[in-house]
Amino acid sequence: MLNIALPKGRLGETVYAMFARAGFECPAVLENSRKLIFDNEAADVRYFWVKPSDVAIYVERGAADIGVAGKDILLEYQPEVYELLDLNIGKCRMAVAAPEGFQDNINRTLRVATKFSRIARDYYTGIGRDIDIIHLNGSIEIAPIVGLSDVIVDIVETGKTLRENHLQVIEEVVPISARLIANKSGFKFKTEQIERLCRELRKEITA
Amino acid sequence: MVINDQVMDEQERIGFQLRSLYSNHGYNRYKMSKFEEYDLYSRNKDFLLSKSVITFTDTNGRLMALKPDVTLSIVKNGKDTPGELRKLYYYENVYRVSASANGFRELTQVGLECTGAVDSPCIAEALRLAAESLRLCSENFVLEVSHLGILSAFTDRITDSELIRKKILHCAAEKNLHGISRICREQEIPEGAEDGLLHLLKAYGNPLEILPEVRKLAEAGGIGNYAAELEQAMSVFSDDELEKRICIDFSSTGDLKYYNGITFKGFISGIPDCVLSGGQYDTLMRKMGRRDRAIGFAVFLDMLERLNEEKESYA
Repeated sequence: MLNIALPKGRLGETVYAMFARAGFECPAVLENSRKLIFDNEAADVRYFWVKPSDVAIYVERGAADIGVAGKDILLEYQPEVYELLDLNIGKCRMAVAAPEGFQDNINRTLRVATKFSRIARDYYTGIGRDIDIIHLNGSIEIAPIVGLSDVIVDIVETGKTLRENHLQVIEEVVPISARLIANKSGFKFKTEQIERLCRELRKEITA
Repeated sequence: MVINDQVMDEQERIGFQLRSLYSNHGYNRYKMSKFEEYDLYSRNKDFLLSKSVITFTDTNGRLMALKPDVTLSIVKNGKDTPGELRKLYYYENVYRVSASANGFRELTQVGLECTGAVDSPCIAEALRLAAESLRLCSENFVLEVSHLGILSAFTDRITDSELIRKKILHCAAEKNLHGISRICREQEIPEGAEDGLLHLLKAYGNPLEILPEVRKLAEAGGIGNYAAELEQAMSVFSDDELEKRICIDFSSTGDLKYYNGITFKGFISGIPDCVLSGGQYDTLMRKMGRRDRAIGFAVFLDMLERLNEEKESYA
């Protein structure tokens, strides 16, 4: 049986619809219940709903054979998994944002507030900028407003939250989208099923 | 006194079986000290599976380390034996950082190292013993085999930048073909330059089906000799039950600073990570001033702790 970890929420629902069209249906997934695990023996498939940031852990540890995770999570946690497809959905970007009119003073260490410490560190190492990372778990936009940081590194979808807080994107770090990932060991033993799914999904992505 | 093997756990039983297997094939036990000078690891950090090492100052003031690895010690403490083969196996505890434990763990590892005049039959024997080691653990295993010479040649054709090569190889290890194409476009590498590598990475599966395709690709790329090496190594499984358990897969990469030629990894159904890893490491030998060739592998016995554990039904 192919175990699939789906990210809870709207993205997960879109992904499930793609998987169902690819022949990996499990109608119970769409039932309005508190259940988190759903089987369809006929299609030889089992789905789990998990927190989006946990999908990669379920897959890396082999509890799920495959799953769908954002590129932001993969870059930040660097799980040992295969990244088989860019599903081209859940598109957004990781960006540096700062208060409107911000001028970077390169004589000072730049204070960066973020949930994505590794991505931020790698980005600034790449451009040789000395930074001080302030790791936060939410409401990152507040940090520069209250003087906790100079800039933030965060996911930007429409930019609405930034605008409402008088912040603007000053640099783009990396584009983000949802990726199909697979456990390296699970892939060896369920190759045919995973390949079939990839083939069908590829048709949909390119369509 | 008769030893009741029922008192052994699965890891211990497999450990003893593997030691018998290697001993029966002419490998001698290499027993080593738990400690090594830290300098050895600080100079070869990339070779280690975890970069952190437990260190302490010895009574004579030297900075020592609890061994995080066995191969480096065998290479450092051995001498070149031109024209001869030195066949060793070990059964040792190593000390590494485990991401899951958020700290250091003591891990038991058994493996073999063959140094000296390593030739095709010797490489084939190491591969066969790797497959037999996996079979001793479980009937449901896969031995994934790659050739770094082939992978490296196709990567070199895309770029001569060390940084870009590293990024491309990272994507290759993830079977991230879209990532390779994206890097090429970002770097303004001419369209199509990555096609050979992408074909190579798509060519995975049983040697009977895949080797002809690999040969075609390698010959077109002027590296037919590497394909011949791979075929020769794979011939050890011809007409054998084990052959259906072998998978050619070029996403199985290794650090090119240390490894070269044939590399391999072993997987067991139900265990999420590889339980065996090895390959030719002539490059490491040169780096450490040795002229001998070398091949070896390790079986990570800690990974077998939950072998044969029944998964509970979710229903």
